[in-house]
Amino acid sequence: MMYTAPVTVDEACQLLASNSAAKVFAGATDLLPQAQAGRRLEDVLVDLKRIPRLMNLEVDDQGWTIGAAASAARLAEHSQLRSEYPGLVEAVALIGSDQIQNRASLGGNLCNASPAADSGPSMVVNEARAVIVSTAGFRTIPIADLVRGPGETSLEPGEFVAEFQLDRPAARRADAYLRFTPRTEMDIAVVGAAARVAVDDAGRCTDAAVVLGAVAPTTVRVGGIAEELVGSTFDEEALARCAALSSEACRPIDDKRGTKEFRRHIAGVLTTRVLRLAAERASEQR
Amino acid sequence: MRSHVTCTINGDEVEFLVDDRQTLLDALRDELQLTGTKEGCATGDCGACSVLIDGRLNCSCLVFAREVEGADVLTVEGLADADHLHPIQHAFLEGAALQCGICTPGLLVAAKALLDRNLKPTEEEVRYAIAGNLCRCTGYDKVVRSILDAAAEMRDSAVVS
Amino acid sequence: MTADVTPYKWVGTRSIRPDGLEKVTGRARFGADYHLPGMLVGVVLRSPHAHATIRSIDTSAALEVPGVKAVITRDDFPEITSEEAMSGESVVDYRDLSRNIMARDKVLYIGHPVAAIAATTRRAAEEGARAIAVDYEVHPHVLTVDEAMAPDAPILHHDLITNDPEAETRGPSNVGKRHFFDRGNVRAAFDESDVVIEREFKIRPVHQGYIEPHAVVADTDEDGRSVVWCSSQGHFLVRTLTATVLKWEPSRLKVVPAEIGGGFGGKTTIYLEPLAIILSARAGRPVKLVMSRQEVFQASGPNPGARVRVTIGANSDGTIIGAEAWMAFEAGAFPGSAVGAACQTVFAPYDIPNVGIEGLDVVLNTPKAAAYRAPGAPIAAFAVETVLDEVAEALSLDPIELRYRNAAEEGVASTYGPTFKRIGFKETLEAIRSHAHHAAPLKANQGRGVASGFWFNAGLDSTATVNIHEDGTASLLIGSPDIGGSRASMALMAAEELGIDQERIRPSIVDTDSVGFNDVTGGSRTTFATGMAVVEACRDVVATARQRAATLWAVDVEEVEWQGGRAQHLSGSKPPLTLTEIARSAAKTGGPIAATAALTARGVGVAFSTQICDVEVDPETGHVKILRYTIAQDAGRAIHPSYVEGQMQGGVAQGIGWALNEEYVYDETGRMENSSFLDYRMPVASDLPMIDTVIVEVPNPGHPYGVRGVGEVGIVPTTAAIANAIYDATGIRMRELPMSAVRVHSAIERRSDDGTRTPVG
Repeated sequence: MMYTAPVTVDEACQLLASNSAAKVFAGATDLLPQAQAGRRLEDVLVDLKRIPRLMNLEVDDQGWTIGAAASAARLAEHSQLRSEYPGLVEAVALIGSDQIQNRASLGGNLCNASPAADSGPSMVVNEARAVIVSTAGFRTIPIADLVRGPGETSLEPGEFVAEFQLDRPAARRADAYLRFTPRTEMDIAVVGAAARVAVDDAGRCTDAAVVLGAVAPTTVRVGGIAEELVGSTFDEEALARCAALSSEACRPIDDKRGTKEFRRHIAGVLTTRVLRLAAERASEQR
Repeated sequence: MRSHVTCTINGDEVEFLVDDRQTLLDALRDELQLTGTKEGCATGDCGACSVLIDGRLNCSCLVFAREVEGADVLTVEGLADADHLHPIQHAFLEGAALQCGICTPGLLVAAKALLDRNLKPTEEEVRYAIAGNLCRCTGYDKVVRSILDAAAEMRDSAVVS
Repeated sequence: MTADVTPYKWVGTRSIRPDGLEKVTGRARFGADYHLPGMLVGVVLRSPHAHATIRSIDTSAALEVPGVKAVITRDDFPEITSEEAMSGESVVDYRDLSRNIMARDKVLYIGHPVAAIAATTRRAAEEGARAIAVDYEVHPHVLTVDEAMAPDAPILHHDLITNDPEAETRGPSNVGKRHFFDRGNVRAAFDESDVVIEREFKIRPVHQGYIEPHAVVADTDEDGRSVVWCSSQGHFLVRTLTATVLKWEPSRLKVVPAEIGGGFGGKTTIYLEPLAIILSARAGRPVKLVMSRQEVFQASGPNPGARVRVTIGANSDGTIIGAEAWMAFEAGAFPGSAVGAACQTVFAPYDIPNVGIEGLDVVLNTPKAAAYRAPGAPIAAFAVETVLDEVAEALSLDPIELRYRNAAEEGVASTYGPTFKRIGFKETLEAIRSHAHHAAPLKANQGRGVASGFWFNAGLDSTATVNIHEDGTASLLIGSPDIGGSRASMALMAAEELGIDQERIRPSIVDTDSVGFNDVTGGSRTTFATGMAVVEACRDVVATARQRAATLWAVDVEEVEWQGGRAQHLSGSKPPLTLTEIARSAAKTGGPIAATAALTARGVGVAFSTQICDVEVDPETGHVKILRYTIAQDAGRAIHPSYVEGQMQGGVAQGIGWALNEEYVYDETGRMENSSFLDYRMPVASDLPMIDTVIVEVPNPGHPYGVRGVGEVGIVPTTAAIANAIYDATGIRMRELPMSAVRVHSAIERRSDDGTRTPVG
């Protein structure tokens, strides 16, 4: 195994282009335990953390640019990001302990393509985009198109994610993320649920969306949420119907972390709670 | 492949040779004989191997040794000055915050990371700040109290000086 | 809780522990911290099958791997004849032990060792392991007691015939032993009872969860002697067990105790030591073996899973007149689970005239179970203490009052045999009943539960040496590993006896050549028994010091008394002599001052704990949060209150993990699916509240300072206290551990489907 730490995007692209066995990493929080579990490390490991663009975190009128290798802790510490995307920051801040927070990156959390990745539902519900780079240049895709299944992304050989983009949120719009885990920390989501809600001056819903994690091979965008909620004031009945939609949208498995029935049920519970939380936040912005 | 790494560990500039796949934890323990940093799981789930890298709390089992090139690393061995303990170490002794002591180095480093940024943590903040450090002996009660005691002590001495 | 003013200067104080400085600076050396020149690294090749016959092992390719220096298999170990012996609190059969550390004809669980390799680097050793070809004939396996006891179950050991005092001998079976105890007529008692409640329980295996993996360095020389550095709960036990499985004289081994990073019973046996010794002998170099966390989960511990049925009959006045228990324990690959201790402890806190107890020790294709904090008792208590809660409810009695009315006390013949001497069970009940926690208000979805527990104290053998240095300080040479602060309590007792400052006493845990024999640190015995040896040796030293003073003063020793660390002449006519002064002149008065006490500790007490717990249950998810926890425990006398509290808090924290999340999850092939700290969910700091402690002190008359063992009983009632609190919050009786959100939620759903009773409390 060879460790390399390129300092430019071009250099990293060249390394990937010239070696089919090369793999990029940032936090290594998944990579190193896999190596411990006996899985072979790739011949060439490309550390992205010395490339300034990959560590970037900035906002302008156009929107947010988040380097794929920037640590979760840096995102969580950014007060403006916290106020504009509280749900996304909640999700990112749930990725492991403080130790993990200082290493784990959005790029790694998403590109490892675990169905339970905490940042997945929030990034999808907020319609983030991934900027992908290779020697062929840059291309930008909707975040929902990045993950294809457990451990599988749409990245072509030689490609990696350089950064993520998010629009600035409109007024009276907010997001939220909740997950269910047996422990308060150091755990993997049994179910994760992200919501994005927009309200009018009267607090009535003008738009809403829910995306679930850990209930299917990829994140699940629950259909029909906006139809149920737009025009409502998030009353119990409407939320209960949303919960039912979420439970139905799941395609969960039984595993050591939960049963199918439990996951379906929890998806509904979290949907109600996360929509309520996002609605409160959106209303507070009035 | 073996490579040179130059970095600062506990204030000293050190240079060592590592296999590229070697973790910082293994380099500390096997190459530098700094065995105060412990291995409990090697998967980042117990925090026994916690160190500060450029002031940030990390599991050294999740870091390739090559990554600390040029960095400033602090291990439990670097907490005390030559002739006096860090207030957190003091508080752990006074508060009986250790039983077997295997998790203690990691907890001390995690507590330092917390108090370096927040000298007035709540109990809940302390509990979440050390949630990445498993202790099986104490039930955390005396650990949490000792960290709160250390914070109070450090606040007092900050006022004095 | 002590009303009396302590007569002691040091005992009962919260001194800084003698080993503290080393442990907060990273200097303390644990099992994996030893490096010797030329040391090789070893790895163990383990079975990928839960049950298989080993047809052949070909190691030739492994020996060709560059860097590989030695490969060992079953051919490198002698055949051991079956012989049962005590191993700490557990019974060990040496033949089974030998076959557990290295498989012979069969592998019996995934993780069972089949070979070990030593090489210059870990990578080379791993490559060597991959190069070993093992030919297996795979058999069907069993993973639960029900599967193992089924009529057509695959048999693990064809030479295992159930040891049953009552039945006629039958053919080979997976039931190793049937324990049976009977008193009075329990069936008749149930017929007479106003209320009889019978319930069944399921308990999954859990791991001790010590943070330090098993680790050893062995250096075997050309004369066939070996020095072994390892962390354990008893280095003399390591010597005995290792020598036995190698067929060595024990004196060929010197075992040096490393600091131990947690044991909880799990380090009262051996796994790696004989392998490292033989690898070192073959390679002619020191060899280090350290388990990975996955190996710790898959091949050490765990605490057995179990199926339990408990029936309790009581009169309307709350008198329990009959109690019956049936318990089947998952011993793992070899017999010898703690079901015997479970049978002894199941009804021990109570004075019950009619009792019937049956216990089965069942083998199955999982790792051999090991001791875990009060082995067996928490499983029994989970069942009994939740059934008692139901009895109390049925009789409209306060659960503490029900326990109080039936509590054992001095003079009661215990259900396991002996008659209790002075015990403090009722005092723990009173402590909880009068605690502010008991009366604090609860909110919606919150509930409160109580439970009690019992555990033995072990006496066993201890030796300690006290050396007085010429500066008047003292060294204590101790042979009991310190896992929770016992050096601090030894120093305090020695300070009290010698009358010198505890900082002038240096206790050291020394190797098997440097102090006499000591049994394991287990059975809550160390502060009690080894403490007794320290006290005796100190008293011997004081006698010597008085003699030396008498010599210096040219008076009869009877005229010299020892007070405040000084020799005083009865007449008061001579200036007192301090220990330092006597030590300085020792060369002129008869030579060095030292004493050793070697004893079998008698007069053990027993320990009780009563606990109260508040939980909040999320009715929509089944998630249980521990809001508040208070434990009262009889410590006899707390030598160092902080470390007594620490034992109580640690026991409760482990019990909380066991109650809510910890369990072994096996897939259908017998592979543990959650063999990491991520998925084996031990409590993290943010999961727990502060754990309040009430140290009850009912001194044990059998110990010079009244000590009772405090290490274990704290875990015994915890799962039941939480189950009772969950019931109080939800109206749901949980009879399966762990009470994970999935299980609690599914129980809530079933209740809604039934339309049965609504929550109380």
